[in-house]
Parts: sequence; C-alpha cells; structure tokens
Amino acid sequence: MTSVAGTRAAAPPRLARWPRLGRAALGRGLVTAYLSLIVLIPIAALVAKSTGGGLDAFWTSLTSPLAVSALKLILVVSVIVVVINVITGTAIAWVLVRDSFPGQRILNSVIDLPFALPTVVAGITLLALYGTASPVGIDVAFTRAAVVLALLFVTLPFVVRSVQPVLLELDREMEEAAASLGAGPLTTFRRVILPNLTPAILAGAALAFARAMGEFGSLVLLSGNLPKTQVPSLLIFAQIESGNTTGAAALSVTLLLIALVVLLLIGRLTHWSLRHAR
Amino acid sequence: MPASRTASRLGLRFFAVGYLSMLLLIPVGMIFYRAFEHGAGAAWAAVTTPEALHAFYLTILIAAIAVSANTIFGVGCALLLVRTKFRGKALLNAAIDLPFAISPVVIGLSLYLLYGREGWFGGWLLDNGIQVLFSLPGMVLATIFVSLPFVVREVVPVLHEIGDEQEQAAQTLGANWWQTFRRITLPAIRWGVAYGVVLATARALGEFGAVAVVSGRVVGQTETAPLWVWREFGQFNLTGAYTASLVLAMLAIGTLLAMNAFKRKEA
Repeated sequence: MTSVAGTRAAAPPRLARWPRLGRAALGRGLVTAYLSLIVLIPIAALVAKSTGGGLDAFWTSLTSPLAVSALKLILVVSVIVVVINVITGTAIAWVLVRDSFPGQRILNSVIDLPFALPTVVAGITLLALYGTASPVGIDVAFTRAAVVLALLFVTLPFVVRSVQPVLLELDREMEEAAASLGAGPLTTFRRVILPNLTPAILAGAALAFARAMGEFGSLVLLSGNLPKTQVPSLLIFAQIESGNTTGAAALSVTLLLIALVVLLLIGRLTHWSLRHAR
Repeated sequence: MPASRTASRLGLRFFAVGYLSMLLLIPVGMIFYRAFEHGAGAAWAAVTTPEALHAFYLTILIAAIAVSANTIFGVGCALLLVRTKFRGKALLNAAIDLPFAISPVVIGLSLYLLYGREGWFGGWLLDNGIQVLFSLPGMVLATIFVSLPFVVREVVPVLHEIGDEQEQAAQTLGANWWQTFRRITLPAIRWGVAYGVVLATARALGEFGAVAVVSGRVVGQTETAPLWVWREFGQFNLTGAYTASLVLAMLAIGTLLAMNAFKRKEA
C-alpha cells in the first residue's frame, strides 16, 4: 500500500480532469442533442410556422380583435396577480419566519401544494368553493375574478419561497440598531428590511408573472369558455381545435416573447436592486 | 409599544392564515367533501370504470418514461454544467429553463406543428408508419418537455456544494469515471436527485395543456387522468371528476411529504 502511494507520489501529479476531453465532448453532444430534440427544434418549428405566411400574416392574426383582447386581459390580470402576490407573499414569508404558533410547520409545507397539484384539479378545487354551487355563497365562476383567483392559486408559492430564505438569513442586529436609534417598526421595515428583500421579491414576482401569462389548466373550467374570460392560452387552444394553427402560432410566439422580455427586465432590475441594497 | 407590536404580529398572522385558508386549504378540503357527497360506494364506482382506470394507467406510464429520461439527462447535464468548461455554457444554462417560461399549450402546439402531417418531422415519420401525434410518443415528448428542468436545477447546486476534491482523489487512486460516479458522486447527490425526481413526477402526473393538444383526447386510448377529469366535469359527472381529483390531490400531498423528507435528509 505504501509502495503504491510512493510510486504515485514519485510520478508528476497529473490533475484528474473529469470527465476527460473526449468524453466531455461526447457528453456535450448528447446533452445538446436531447435539448434540441425535446425543446429547441419544436420551438423553431413554432416560430417558422408563425412567420411562414410572411410578417403581414403574422401581424394580421396578432391584431385580430380576439387576440388583442386576450393579450390585454392577460396583461392586466397578471399585473394584478403579481401585485397581490408581492404583498401577500411577503406577509406570508414574514409570518412563517418571524412568528411562531402551533401549526406553523404544516402551514409552511402546504405552501408548495399549488406546485404539486395538477392544474385542472386546482380549477375544480376553486370551483367547488367559489363556483355555482358555492357553499359560502360566493359565485365567481366564468368571470374575470375567477381568472384572477385561479392565477393567485397557481402562483402562490413563488414570492413566498423566494423571500423566505432571505428573511431567514437577514441580520437582526440592523433592525435592532434602527429601533434603538428611534425608528418605529414601520420605518425599520421600510428603510432596513424591505431594501434587503427587494431582489428576492422581484425574482419571485418575475416567475409568478411568467407562470400567470401562460397558465391554462386551471382556467379551462373556471373561464367557462366565454369571450370575456378568454386569455391567450385559451384562445390558442381554441384556434388549434378549429384548425387555425397559423394564428395560434403567431399568438404563441408573442406570448413567448413577452414572457422572455419580462424575465430579462426583472432579471436586470434584480441585479440593480442587489447592488443598491449593499 | 409592546402592545401594538403584539397586535400587529397577531394581525399579520391572522391575515396570512386567513389568506391561505381561503385560497388553498378550504378549497382543497372541499374536494374531499364533494367526492364522498354521495357515499364512498358511488365514488369508488365512478373511478373504477375501464376508461378511468386506463386514464390512470396511461398517466403513470407516461410519467414513468418521461421522468426516467429526464433524470438521466438531468444528472448528466448538471455534471456537464458544473464540472466542465466550454463555450456556450451560459446559453445551455438558459435554454434549460425555457420550459418554465412557456405556456403548456404553446409547448403542445410546437410539437403539434413539428410532428403533424405538414411538419418537419411528421411527414417523414408518418410515411414510415410512425405515428407520434395523437398517440403515446407525442404525449411522452410533451411530458418530457414540461418536466425537463427539475432534476438539473436540483442537482446543480448540490454538485457545486460538494466540490470535486473527493472525485479527484478517487481518480488519482485509479478509479475510472464510472466508478468515480457510482461510488463518490452519486451517493453525494442522491437526495438532490430524489428531490428533483419528486418535483418532475408531480409535474408529469398533472400535465394538462401540452398533453391536451398533442393527444387528440381519444376516449379510452389517449386520455390521461387529468384529461379524464376535465371531460367528466364537462359532462356533469361530478362525483367521478371530484373523486379522480381527490386521487390526484392525494398524489400531490404525497409529493409534499416526500419533498419534506428529502429536504431534511439533504440538510
């Protein structure tokens, strides 16, 4: 045993590269091929289809009254949903981290339920309580309020789960210093805590927005297939069903672009607020 | 001062618990009530029809294939991202998250266009007798697409955290890459992999929009459990819809329990 170690030590130590060059190239090829086959080529086919009839055809289908009202609706609803999420999500994260009460751990683990629950079940769940046969007398089925409700349900975990770890790590000495210097709880929150949470809040808001823009499963039952509640994902589905794949592709590409731009913008904003929080 | 502190803390607690109850807890609890509204016998009968059983079988089969494929890809891809350097890595890293930013219906449409008769692949495949759309392969592809990022995203931070000193030590002692992976890397990342697999499985079992587009929703053939729930509800077979929803919700709650268990092992 010692002799083996001795000969090893005598030889110039070769840095173990892992995986080695040839294998790394093979791995890279396989990963790229898989990703291309599953994700990239289908998206390329979608983009090709959307502009296949020329940019005029793309623009015409995008500016059809149905498409315009669907895009307007989802933008307004998503902004509402994100604003509510920022407030409630931060409050819930706060209660989960700083408060202490019986049942807190259970409450903490059910936050992820909307991620685990199939979206169509989420829709049925909300209809069971807030639908036509509502036992509490609140019936929002087939209205725009139902769209907001469904999107609030499916995006619930994003801000909470993004803010929670930051709040947990936050140095409480700063707050105590602020308090001892005479700052009230509200001032301490606004001037000391909030700037530290902003990047996490924005990151959670971005994910919630992207998710809200494309949500489909929880809306198919709640929206009641009416024009006033027809968001882009529902319209795309209807267009596919009726054979208008060009229109569906144009709207899909637009939806994709909006989601990517929002993610990019909020990424920048997060970066900016991260630098300014220090 | 302390009195107002306590009041605001209680107020915030009341608000958070109230919001979660109204949005999450009571609605999910309602599913239990609605499923057994007409007795356990009616509920059982509604979800054990041949169509319903086939739908559940299909959902489990598709999830098993998709999650297996994504687990192998996910571990390999995470190793590549963390342990090697190459040009285009940032691009690959960004591309992996694409499925999170795309609507399921859009994912379905992109596969629909690619594998349809007019599509880049569809024509050739159909000429050679391979039907992707409206059959199992298309549904599997859609499910792989939507559940692709989970394992990669859970394994990458774990790989960063464990570092590569032990791997290098194993290699200096003469282990080949497979031995190194199996004996050193895999045991170290296993809870991260398990966590990713659980998330991917939950997503795969519940996938709706993408599969709704590519499956053609042929009753008893290409109808998964979530699609079956949708049709039952639309036809006012509420007991069946609620009971199947309950089964799917129980799977989701099982997922949560598994997540909690794995998170604790990881820590």
